[in-house]
Amino acid sequence: MSLRTPLNDAKNHGSAHSGTMHFWFQRVTGIASVPLTLFLIILGIYLTGQSNEGIMATLKNPFVALGLIATVIVFAWHMKLGMQVIIEDYVHGKWAKYAGLLANIGFSVFIALVGIFSILKISFGA
Amino acid sequence: MLAPKPESNNETVKIMSIHSERPLSPHLMIYKPMLTMMISMMHRITGAILYFGALFLVWWLAAAAAGPEYFSLVHGYLTSWLGLLVLFGFTWALIHHLIGGLKHFLWDTGAGFERPMLEILAIFSALSSPALAVVVWAIAYLVR
Ligand code: HEM
Ligand code: HEM
Repeated sequence: MSLRTPLNDAKNHGSAHSGTMHFWFQRVTGIASVPLTLFLIILGIYLTGQSNEGIMATLKNPFVALGLIATVIVFAWHMKLGMQVIIEDYVHGKWAKYAGLLANIGFSVFIALVGIFSILKISFGA
Repeated sequence: MLAPKPESNNETVKIMSIHSERPLSPHLMIYKPMLTMMISMMHRITGAILYFGALFLVWWLAAAAAGPEYFSLVHGYLTSWLGLLVLFGFTWALIHHLIGGLKHFLWDTGAGFERPMLEILAIFSALSSPALAVVVWAIAYLVR
């Protein structure tokens, strides 16, 4: 007979070994993505058919730049969390899984860094 | 120590427990395809498409930062028919995933799981996203 509870036997046996905060941040970043997506779509509509000079002038607008930085950060965070779940679900080899999880972090950080740097360069330089 | 397995004469559970001490939930191939299931898969697939689509967004921003010459080049790629097709697909995936995300938020409150509602939500997400994607592009070209 064991004195351990069934819950204790089940704990940490999911494919990720943890999860409530992950679930929560997937929701929080998902909710934040809604207005940011609408912003991105409206910006896309506004930029369609504009000259390159017009596009650059719009991207230099501080409100547009701030909106784009927020979008890049939130998207990168949300997509990192989302792809992590997909990898945990489908990649079962230990090393392949860790390689995938690391690559996911690398890709998402790359997206965030290049995006933010480009927006800042458009605003302040070039 | 594992908790004692519940008594079962279900053959599947017996077969699965040969491979693993824990029972596994049956996966996709066991069910017949249904609309709600296809739409569930589409949320994951569109999420993955957007994941790699983010590369386009950042490439375009980097091109704008790199200066007018490179920006014109990338702008040319993106406004070629292939580029426009990719961008339209991206819009579609984004809107599909957005509607699917809103549906998940509804489900998170515990609502929307009843039979007719579940089917209505699935049909709604299947039809609304291509329609909205077309509307967005129509507006973009009409107000230009
Ligand atoms: C448009 C606003 C968005 C909303 C409302 C939203 C919402 C959500 C929600 C609620 C989930 C969790 C689904 C679940 O628990 O099964 C999710 C998953 C995911 N999202 Fe988003 N999201 C949005 C935008 C994006 C964007 C822009 C990307 C990529 C750049 C993205 C990539 C993903 C990925 C890869 C997953 C994992 C899919 C899965 O586990 O099946 N999402 N999204
Ligand atoms: C060898 C192949 C596969 C294995 C071992 C596998 C395994 C899994 C596992 C363990 C989960 C998590 C279940 C849960 O958290 O309850 C899952 C979820 C899922 N699978 Fe698969 N899967 C496979 C193929 C596929 C394919 C081909 C698709 C779609 C084309 C797919 C679509 C999904 C979706 C959409 C979910 C998430 C459902 C949701 O959270 O809404 N799977 N899979």
